[in-house]
Amino acid sequence: MLIARIVKALEALLYSVVRLRDWREAKSAKTTLGKAIMDFEFSDEQELLREQARGFLADNCPPAAVRKVLDGDAEYDAELWQKVVEMGWTATVIPEEFGGLGLSYLELVVIAEELGRAAAPIPFSSSVYLATEALLMLGSQEQKEKWLPMLASGEAIGTFALAEGNGRPAASNLKTSASGGAVTGRKIPVADGGIANFAVVVAASDQGDGASLHLVELDQAGVSREAVRTLDFTRGHAAIEFANAQSELLGGEGSGWTAMESLLDRAAVLFAWEQVGLADAALEQARDYAMGRYAFGRSIASYQAIKHKLAGMYVKNTLARSNCYYGAWALDSGSAELALAAATARVGAIQAAVHAAEENVQTHGGMGFTWEFDCQFYYRRAKLLSVNIGSEGYWQDKLITAYEQTNAA
Amino acid sequence: MDFNDSKDEAAFRAEAAAWLKDNVPSKDELAGLDELAAAKLWQKRKYDAGWACIRWDKEFGGRGASAIEQVIWNQEEAKYNVPAGFFVIGQGMAAPTLMTWGQAEHHARYLPKLASGEEIWCQLFSEPAGGSDLAALRTKAERDGDDWVINGQKIWTSGAHYSDYGILVVRTDPNVPKHKGLSYFFLDMKSPGVEIKPIKQLTGGANFNEVYFTDVRIPDSQRLGEVGQGWQVALTTLMNERAAIGGGGAGVNVEMAYRIANEVMIDDKPAIADSAVRAKLANWYVQESGLRFTGYRSMTAMSRGEIPGPENSIGKLVGAPKTQEMASFCMDLLEMSGAIWDEKLSKEAGMLQLTYMGAPGGRIAGGTDEIMANIIAERVLGMPQEPRMDKGMPFTEVPTGSN
Repeated sequence: MLIARIVKALEALLYSVVRLRDWREAKSAKTTLGKAIMDFEFSDEQELLREQARGFLADNCPPAAVRKVLDGDAEYDAELWQKVVEMGWTATVIPEEFGGLGLSYLELVVIAEELGRAAAPIPFSSSVYLATEALLMLGSQEQKEKWLPMLASGEAIGTFALAEGNGRPAASNLKTSASGGAVTGRKIPVADGGIANFAVVVAASDQGDGASLHLVELDQAGVSREAVRTLDFTRGHAAIEFANAQSELLGGEGSGWTAMESLLDRAAVLFAWEQVGLADAALEQARDYAMGRYAFGRSIASYQAIKHKLAGMYVKNTLARSNCYYGAWALDSGSAELALAAATARVGAIQAAVHAAEENVQTHGGMGFTWEFDCQFYYRRAKLLSVNIGSEGYWQDKLITAYEQTNAA
Repeated sequence: MDFNDSKDEAAFRAEAAAWLKDNVPSKDELAGLDELAAAKLWQKRKYDAGWACIRWDKEFGGRGASAIEQVIWNQEEAKYNVPAGFFVIGQGMAAPTLMTWGQAEHHARYLPKLASGEEIWCQLFSEPAGGSDLAALRTKAERDGDDWVINGQKIWTSGAHYSDYGILVVRTDPNVPKHKGLSYFFLDMKSPGVEIKPIKQLTGGANFNEVYFTDVRIPDSQRLGEVGQGWQVALTTLMNERAAIGGGGAGVNVEMAYRIANEVMIDDKPAIADSAVRAKLANWYVQESGLRFTGYRSMTAMSRGEIPGPENSIGKLVGAPKTQEMASFCMDLLEMSGAIWDEKLSKEAGMLQLTYMGAPGGRIAGGTDEIMANIIAERVLGMPQEPRMDKGMPFTEVPTGSN
């Protein structure tokens, strides 16, 4: 049974790889002949991937699928997650030696944007942008060999546990501690904490920068978890209690805070792409509704109050998207400007997504405020994403710090 | 996607940087020259070495460079404080219109001197009764033999007083709906009957003018497009106007605000340590960087043969209010002294105050913020046009107000 599943997944992965490879080879044969230029757009094969992803999500993650999680008790759409895994999306940037596709971050951001558009109720951000990135960045060969193939194939879901309640976390106020290969403390909220197989836990350290990262399996006696209700009912969260839970160090002792900051820079670019996808979807929903809604004998889309509102959304979305391009490039190329590029992408994307989601409801009037309408998907998700890996204020501060460091260098 | 230079681009950048290093005029060289003479000197020097209007064809005085090379050149030239600003209308707006609608002899005669800066052009579009509603303009042209005779008034004409030529939209038929009765010309600004009166702005300066036409004669050979096709020709100019005015990176920008926030104190600490200050600077950095990369993306689109569309309007729509907000905020950082506008006493030699006083102009010139938002809503998002009370009505019957 398990073997059959693996074979099926491998076939699907292989299919995606072969198609992408074909395109890539055809393309590179072409560009080596011509003059390769500085290029600020996605390639043809990345656009093809987008088309595929959008079609796939239209079929497998329509509004009804999101609503099922919204109205039900499930923490995520397990069926959709399984299909996403079969598409190979969780394996995108994982190297082939660890069972991944070995593709670039430019492919991953295309997928992230489409997941944002669809408001997909799956643990993609936790498992891919955070847990997978943490292992890629910090994992020992052994840790990579154990976890990356399982993350790629969807056998394992990973997450990231930093917050310990209200306020901005700092190494100096971490209450979670670790000693002798065991972690003790309480993390809340942890995105997808109820369904994840392991978490990357930030704990205090008496060395170095005051923190270390620990890899903790969640199905063990020392771990208890309870569901936490958040404003986005389509995304499960948990409070996790660690009581001498068995753990292993991920990265060095006492270098966890610095490592985490780099991890968040990487994740910020990917979150930002999801937010930009969401922002555009909310703008399109507002536009389509306004066009069809009539008042005083005219489409409400013909009123300047609405036109200017939507033009404002478009402007924010466009600036955010352009900053995301730079973030994607900085992430993919390993640029030294990643910290600045990531914070810029993240701040712009938070602002665009929250603004678009709020004004989308407003444009719908009373209907936008009903349970029945789908405006709530974006309204919930935009706010959740805006605090998930640190708020607008946190990232604004990081942006200026990165600006100072870039200018000092 | 690749934000690094390719090998060819790196070579181009090095060539441009080396030329700039050796040729940017020194302070001594410019001493005693007024701004216009200094700008002309620099433009001519670029032209002689093949670095003026580099995207234009070589036969018109350009270099036949790619869009990306233009980006690289702009980045390198922006590293120097070179005199600029007088050629934007001619090179950025009149020239593309001539290229699209003019004859070969127009190209040969006018484009090289536009590139070299020897001839400066202005734009005679707006009128007292035709601003945002440009097609409501009233200046009329009547055919007389091989000439047209122009009577009427234009307003807000930047640089009319130092321009050699002007592009002009006039009404040739008042008995058809307003957009259909317009025609497009260019003329010698020294023509008899052209009278230029400066308009004093709220900054105290006078950068633009009223231009009066009394029986001014323009040969029919200086018409661009067919009679009655003036609106379409004007749209070519206007799309380029929004691209040309665009950006808003220079002057008061994040770099300057950051410098000031490091120099002034809030509660015994540099202002930059204050989280509210950091948040604002971060937001403006997001806008600056977003505009820069949006510009790069449209360059990429152009290099793939796509025509820049109305999405270019966002440069001006974001840049102009941002400049106003930033100047205002930087003056706030100076607290009581923010009010002082004096080259010697003010921080940044009064640039903040000058920028703040000039900023309303940026939000109005070339299409107000509100018109820009309409353009985005209608032409990018596909929302309905404003209802038009004058639609289909002969121009002579269109109601007018008292202002």
